[in-house]
Amino acid sequence: MSRERSMASSLRRRWALLLALVAFAAPVMADGPAGAGTSRVPKPTVAAAAAGSCVEDTAFMRRNHMRLIRHQRDLTVHEGIRTTQHSLANCVNCHADPKTGRVTGSKDAFCEGCHSYAAVKLDCFECHADRAKAASAASVEKAK
Amino acid sequence: MSAAGPSQGAKGAPSGGSAAASAASVGAHRPKGVDHARRQILAWGAAMAGVAIAPGITLFDLAHGRPPSEPASRTKRWGMLVDINRCSTDCNACVVACDKENGLPIAKTATSAQWIRKVELKDMRGATKSLPMMCQHCAEPPCVDVCPTGASFKRADGIVLVDRHTCIGCRYCMMACPYKARSFVHEPVSDQKPDVPRGKGCVESCTLCVHRIDRDQLPACVEACASSGHHAILFGDLNDTGSEISKRIAAVSSRQLRADLKLDTGVRYAGI
Repeated sequence: MSRERSMASSLRRRWALLLALVAFAAPVMADGPAGAGTSRVPKPTVAAAAAGSCVEDTAFMRRNHMRLIRHQRDLTVHEGIRTTQHSLANCVNCHADPKTGRVTGSKDAFCEGCHSYAAVKLDCFECHADRAKAASAASVEKAK
Repeated sequence: MSAAGPSQGAKGAPSGGSAAASAASVGAHRPKGVDHARRQILAWGAAMAGVAIAPGITLFDLAHGRPPSEPASRTKRWGMLVDINRCSTDCNACVVACDKENGLPIAKTATSAQWIRKVELKDMRGATKSLPMMCQHCAEPPCVDVCPTGASFKRADGIVLVDRHTCIGCRYCMMACPYKARSFVHEPVSDQKPDVPRGKGCVESCTLCVHRIDRDQLPACVEACASSGHHAILFGDLNDTGSEISKRIAAVSSRQLRADLKLDTGVRYAGI
């Protein structure tokens, strides 16, 4: 009798555990790679960009933007090549927050938002201008 | 190539000796610079001639402005000629324009960076003259020689620059410069100009407004000097014998400061 009762309670406990697992896993699974829906995992809240597409594919830029910028940096400083396609100034001009005009300074700013989320140090803007300027935009247009 | 061949051949000084044999396949049309290279590395002579002639010709055609995708060319050497007789003691326009263009602090402190400054010269009879002093953009820059990281470098067109990405702020270049042209940035910098990134911990100096030159504009100090009515600074290509600056240097007496150091400065002064 007591043996039967303990078996039943053990079964109940296993069911409860399974249910609990499913209940906890569901939102995480649903959020999966697609990223839609409400998630318990916080995501960076960055305003994407001004209208239009980036200079390269978004997935490519997420992984490789730093390589493009670094390559362009050496070309510009040492050889004087000033194409705007992969220049940091071009990044800033498009991605500056429309409210603040900057890519750093808050958790919503394009560069800082993602970098602080990923805990990657962002030191470009210790020297480089972090805001889009009318003058710089004009010079970019001219350089194109 | 065939069009420019004869004219360059006429200029090139063919030198005798065993070196001529190694480069015989190139023919008689050799520019002067190649002869110099061949003396250093005989085996490379032939290859160097081909490399030097081709870009020399294409870039000669693009004498006025270059597209942003084109690297700076070694066929050019940017320089300045400062006519001190036109420079006024009480005028500071070049310094103000430089500060504004490059985002340097307007309110100066003891540690502020300084890219261009006015220097007073007094002769024994009491007459004073004033001149702007900045990086002299030497052909043989001592700052480049001493830099331990390669951050201090000379661009192909003769502009001496600091690559702040590799500068470690050791300040050897400041010690090496005979013109006191370089400054160290001691304080954090904010609100930089998009064209002129600068920050704490690096050495910096006059860039000859390289971002403006790349856009085919004059350096800020040259423009300011002209608009103040003095027209004391002339900017141009020292390599081009037809340029205004080359003609003036040929016509009037000018000097390089500390010419005894044989640095071959890009900034020349007339009237000293």
